[in-house]
Amino acid sequence: MAAQIFSAIFVIIIGVGGCVAYFWGANKLLDLVFPSRGVSGTAAVDNLRRQGLVRPWLFVGPAMIILTIYLIYPVVETLRLSFLDRGGENFVGLANYEWAFGDHDFRNSILNNILWLAVVPAACTFLGLIIAVLTDKIWWGTIAKSLIFLPLAISFVGASVIWKFIYEYRGEGQVQIGLLNAIIQYFGGQPQVWISLPFWNNFFLMVILIWIQTGFAMVILSSALRGIPEETLEAAVIDGANPFQIFWKIMVPQIWGTIAVVWTTITILVLKVFDIVLTMTNGQWNSQVLANLMFDWMFRGGGDFGRGATIAIIIMIAVIPIMVWNIRQANKETGGH
Amino acid sequence: MAASTGKSFASRFGVHIAVLVFVIIWTIPTLGILVSSLRDKDQIIASGWWNSFASSSQTEAGRLPAASAQTQKDGKYVIEGNVFGDGAKRAISAFGTKAAAPTQYKAGTAADLGDGVTLQVNADGSFTLASPKPFEGDRGQRVYYASSAPPKFTTENYDAVLFSEGIGRSFMNSLTVTIPSTVIPILIAAFAAYALAWMRFPGRALLIAVIIGLLVVPLQMSLIPLLKLYNGVGTFFGVPSKTYLGIWLAHTGFGLPFAIYLLRSYIAGLPREIMESARIDGASDFEIFVKIVLPLSFPVLASFAIFQFLWVWNDLLVAMVFLGTAPDQIVLTAKLNALLGSRGGNWEILTTSAFITIIVPLIVFFSLQRYFVRGLLAGSVKGG
Repeated sequence: MAAQIFSAIFVIIIGVGGCVAYFWGANKLLDLVFPSRGVSGTAAVDNLRRQGLVRPWLFVGPAMIILTIYLIYPVVETLRLSFLDRGGENFVGLANYEWAFGDHDFRNSILNNILWLAVVPAACTFLGLIIAVLTDKIWWGTIAKSLIFLPLAISFVGASVIWKFIYEYRGEGQVQIGLLNAIIQYFGGQPQVWISLPFWNNFFLMVILIWIQTGFAMVILSSALRGIPEETLEAAVIDGANPFQIFWKIMVPQIWGTIAVVWTTITILVLKVFDIVLTMTNGQWNSQVLANLMFDWMFRGGGDFGRGATIAIIIMIAVIPIMVWNIRQANKETGGH
Repeated sequence: MAASTGKSFASRFGVHIAVLVFVIIWTIPTLGILVSSLRDKDQIIASGWWNSFASSSQTEAGRLPAASAQTQKDGKYVIEGNVFGDGAKRAISAFGTKAAAPTQYKAGTAADLGDGVTLQVNADGSFTLASPKPFEGDRGQRVYYASSAPPKFTTENYDAVLFSEGIGRSFMNSLTVTIPSTVIPILIAAFAAYALAWMRFPGRALLIAVIIGLLVVPLQMSLIPLLKLYNGVGTFFGVPSKTYLGIWLAHTGFGLPFAIYLLRSYIAGLPREIMESARIDGASDFEIFVKIVLPLSFPVLASFAIFQFLWVWNDLLVAMVFLGTAPDQIVLTAKLNALLGSRGGNWEILTTSAFITIIVPLIVFFSLQRYFVRGLLAGSVKGG
């Protein structure tokens, strides 16, 4: 273990030192190759121009290399693998896609993913907005927001353990130590094994993600709400609008752009949700989702890379519209800079 | 705005109540595992954690000593002793001799078992079994009793989990993964962000678009090719394919698009005049970056560092693909996932382990919340 700590510290020093050495050294080298001082006027201008051509690439170079290896090449490679067999050797055409749409688990995952997409972003945004509006009106709002925000720092696995404890079911005649079953029992209901109820178990898993992400929506929306001009709200009050009208007809339309951002951010997160399903049910009882199914195929029976890659591509296809929209938005905003 | 809506007392009171309900719902789950992790492991399954400050009651079964233990007293045959033996004493509220009615008699009263046989069990566990005829057989009388134990809090669970379940080791592994994965991307991203914000070169707009596109590419797209690549590199050089170096680089790669995006939008917002006057004074881009941009960018660097730290610490997927599951490599999240499988019913172990895995993010979160929120706002509201 001492060796491990030592090597971690060593890597930090090497990594940071290496980065500094690279940037400083490359910059120095450029100045040496194309000197701008101590040479004649035209040569200096020429060299300065050459420096200006090369230097940006020295700065973005390391990032570009890493991005290419870790993200750009894999995207292309995954697309290629999705047309190959399990070992990634023989071309099989669309066989993996045909398999996917005939596979029970895959179709179940698609349905569940649609369910997650329909419920989680909407629930987080709605709850986040309500809490943002309410906490803005009270003196202890900051503390309340902090506490609701807190689950965002907790890992999905940790959150799964927390909620598994709430959903815990103990057999007939034993004390129910899971909060949910204890409440059900208190009101005279029958305790249940919640996470193994087909269809409904999806919702019990979604609750975990909603619990984590509502804080995110709340913080973003709360800051957007504060950007609404005071006069707009005052005018509405003078015109006799009640709080509900103010909320739906003044506040919500004003922050529509932010709501869309929150919604799409959570949508992408939902498409990638993996840890919660793996730890709670591992896809049993019809609760499978695409990301977990993909992980499963990556390693099942030594790994089927063709099918795994196919499932990744399906997730990617769902993300593409959001990606295009993001790039367009960013282009509009940074167009002038 | 605060004063302009909901003026009446009732509606303001309603707001307080509503927020309170939300806060309670959002904090109770975490509170549950914190309280449970500090409870005695027998009490965790004997009563819900919300009852942990009350005495927990449970029904137990025991067997009284056999006939050989009997003595004669006042013409009766008597067996005496304590149902708890030499073990820890608890308070008994009721007892019985049939499984169907384990709490038929109150403690301290004498139960008539028929044929003149009486059994008395007192609150402290002492009992007297008396009969006019000698007891026979080598199996003692079955007895059931409801006992209650005072609330018991302990740090034993933490001891057990940290030192014998391997969570302590995993904690170190998580730190080993997280710290370099947080530090390495910062400089690389900062240089790239500066170039993308303040230097003019062909292809810049395309690069920015690519980075914004990469922001949302699902991690799943990278896993299989990188796994193949790592295996290939491992075989080629004859080294293991699952190494800390591998995961450091992977986390660096996955964190870079967000890092560059976040830093670029901040650095692009720095005042142009500062850059221009430095340039007129003869400073090169490198000097401007090191002496002006880096110090001014401290808040956004801190924001990114917190994000990346939380992200890497909480990650399960990347760790499961790029690191092994041996004790010298398994990180906290993966360990917790493994414990859920192997120790599914042992809530004292699960709640304690879970609390240990979330304590570091919670400390980071509470002490640096300001930077965290700032990064969140910068990262998602602008353009994102």
